Amino acid sequence: MLTVTIDNHTIEVEEGTTILQAARLIGGDIVPPAMCYHSKLKDSGGKCRTCMVKVVQGSTKDPRPMPKLVPSCRTAVMDGMVVQNITSPEVLEARRAVVEFLLINHPLDCPVCDQAGECDLQNLSYEHGSNTSRFEEEKRTYDPITIGDLIQFHPNRCILCYRCVYAAEQFTNKRMHGVLYRGDKAEISTFIQQAIDNDFSGNMIDVCPVGALTDKPFRFKNRVWFLKPMDAHRSCTKCSGKATLWMRGNEVYRVTGRRNKYGEVEDFICNECRYEKKDATAWEIEGPRAIEPTSVISQNHYRNMVKPSVINPLKEKME
Amino acid sequence: MERKIILENIEVEGIRFLNVYRKHGGYSSVEKALKTMTPDEVVNEVKLAGLRGRGGAGFPAGMKWSFIDKKSNKPHYLVCNADESEPGTFKDRYLMEHIPHRLIEGMICASYALEAHTAYIYVRGEYKYIVGILNEAIKECYQQGLLGENILGSHYDLDIYVHCGAGAYICGEETALLESLEGKRGNPRLKPPFPAVKGLYQSPTVVNNVETLSNIGWIVNNGGETFAKIGIGKSTGTKLISACGHINRPGVYEIELGLPVEEFLYSEQYCGGIKDGKELKAVIPGGSSVPILPKNLILNTLQGEKRLLSYESLAEGGFVSGSMLGSGGFIVYDEDDCIVRNTYNFSRFYHHESCGQCSPCREGTGWMDSVLYRLENGEGKMKDIDLLVNISSHIEGNTICPLGDAAAWPVAAAIRHFREEFEFHVTHPEIVRNIKHGSLAKYINN
Ligand SMILES: Cc1cc2nc3c(=O)[nH]c(=O)nc-3n(C[C@H](O)[C@H](O)[C@H](O)COP(=O)(O)O)c2cc1C
Ligand code: SF4
Ligand code: SF4
Ligand code: FES
Repeated sequence: MLTVTIDNHTIEVEEGTTILQAARLIGGDIVPPAMCYHSKLKDSGGKCRTCMVKVVQGSTKDPRPMPKLVPSCRTAVMDGMVVQNITSPEVLEARRAVVEFLLINHPLDCPVCDQAGECDLQNLSYEHGSNTSRFEEEKRTYDPITIGDLIQFHPNRCILCYRCVYAAEQFTNKRMHGVLYRGDKAEISTFIQQAIDNDFSGNMIDVCPVGALTDKPFRFKNRVWFLKPMDAHRSCTKCSGKATLWMRGNEVYRVTGRRNKYGEVEDFICNECRYEKKDATAWEIEGPRAIEPTSVISQNHYRNMVKPSVINPLKEKME
Repeated sequence: MERKIILENIEVEGIRFLNVYRKHGGYSSVEKALKTMTPDEVVNEVKLAGLRGRGGAGFPAGMKWSFIDKKSNKPHYLVCNADESEPGTFKDRYLMEHIPHRLIEGMICASYALEAHTAYIYVRGEYKYIVGILNEAIKECYQQGLLGENILGSHYDLDIYVHCGAGAYICGEETALLESLEGKRGNPRLKPPFPAVKGLYQSPTVVNNVETLSNIGWIVNNGGETFAKIGIGKSTGTKLISACGHINRPGVYEIELGLPVEEFLYSEQYCGGIKDGKELKAVIPGGSSVPILPKNLILNTLQGEKRLLSYESLAEGGFVSGSMLGSGGFIVYDEDDCIVRNTYNFSRFYHHESCGQCSPCREGTGWMDSVLYRLENGEGKMKDIDLLVNISSHIEGNTICPLGDAAAWPVAAAIRHFREEFEFHVTHPEIVRNIKHGSLAKYINN
């Protein structure tokens, strides 16, 4: 067992206990606030810096104080450690500063926020913040995002505590959620959903070598080997207008860029050509596109076929 | 006195290639270490040399190596930090481009000392052309039995891999670098545990800078004590300084530690004085993250002694009157430079490069950037100046990694030494709104 003193309360704890856990065992006002640490989430903590405390004595063995404030949620107790939380003006000042930092980009829209009343940031700012803000600049804003059918995400309010990231990592077996970008532009996001929004976005589908990105309007409408790829062009102000139409009879099912034999797109096309010109009359059709005979698309499209000579085992006998 | 260790033979034609490099004594340290020394003896020589890390923090390399947990039954790794992203620092690329074998030689000795059988060179994305040079050099080594199995018949095996980063400054921070090398987002890890205990793939790892490792061959060949005699005090050996800004001869120079700043700045052998005969205004001596010093304090300490290019001398007086040797990026400003604009520029960089994990750095760098933007563009208020000092003091020391400090120090130092320029920006918005306003000294002094 190790002995630790936090704000003049001494307690014995097991090896491996963090300062925050020890403080929680003591309870009351001396427990540092925690925004990013979550006891049920492995590896969480250490990021928000609200739980910083001052270690005035490292241990009985090495009584030197630690030079900087430390995150109590990730710092293990050593035997004889002496810690200050609310008894240290330096800690309280740093905490007030963290609240100020966290509120810089947080909209404080408590009146219209569902979390109001059970919001840790609200509590934190009441207890440790100041009632004015020195931040005069505009806050960053984002549109709300729907993450799946069940979750609506308001990035404006996110303080990048990473709790949801750890939860996603630890409770699901498919990682599809994480942090994008850096610094105060960092965002929680499901991967790449935001990347696909411009006039040429359809080309992402074309360059994807596998089925990871597929053409939504075309999905499940047909199988490519039932379609006839035709080279076609139209005059377009945004792109070369050179495309491949995937047709069945006169119906255009899909429009893509033209690929070379390695499957690489030669002319990237715009979304207007790709999505809005699904009528064959909008195009000048050049002719069927040559497809490598090894491709599945060549199924049943025989070229220069040499018919096998007829083998008739009875022929000789009959003569 | 000119002393060359790292750049020795750099002018020899073809020194980039193994046969030429070996003809000039290259890889003799590998022969010596692997065949005549134990790993611990190599560590000991590096300790005796007093070699301090050249990546910025100046932590003694031998001591770092001795922290490696040799009892752990996990593999050990050596990782060379070739991310070099500090604005103003461009020495590692010079080394790798011109004499890549110096680094590989050092890495073989270092890996042997650490009992590592796999080593990585993490190169920043923008240096992709260097990846080719390194790979070529590594290939030559494999062909001549200097890498791979049973190196030079010594029963020691080592593989070196080159890894190209995606070009994020934060990936130069050693733990972010390890995350990135593991294929994850380059977020710094909380320390402890330090990499020597749990580094790459949770195994004991040493991360060293390119220049640090390039010294090892010489130390093995000549002995740590000989190395320790070069330089001054605890700043042993030589140091590469990448000099840029308004000087006549920008470039990468190898100096013996302890060279007076004045001599470095004005002698023809090095910077060759300030460009166009102008006056010196200020210098950032160790890359953009260290405090800027005005002319009087970069040439002399507050005690009136000559300021030297050494870890101790540059730090003399703490941050009130000193700075740091850092990574050796020596950025010179002449009398016509605007300190506020310069500070804003660096602040923008740190804002852009903060990884965003911890609140003070994520939000604080952005806040400082926007306040400095206002000041630089004639929209600032007097209270903004103290606000900046206050924000920087709240970031400093409260973050997961030192990027927070790196963002805070330059702002605090610029205001400490050039406050009148910041004030002038507030009182004379019509002048500073002019994009070409340059130095304000001419207005301020009138
Ligand atoms: C934000 C940040 C960026 C860094 N970038 C580099 C870098 O580009 N190259 C480097 O060698 N060290 C860099 N460092 C220092 C490394 O974390 C580490 O201290 C160094 O690689 C250790 O090598 P050394 O002991 O040989 O100096 C950086 C540190 C920080 C905090
Ligand atoms: S969205 Fe995720 S990272 Fe953002 S505040 Fe909520 S739990 Fe934290
Ligand atoms: S100090 Fe900045 S760069 Fe370092 S971990 Fe924190 S947010 Fe990331
Ligand atoms: S709760 Fe400890 S740093 Fe966030």
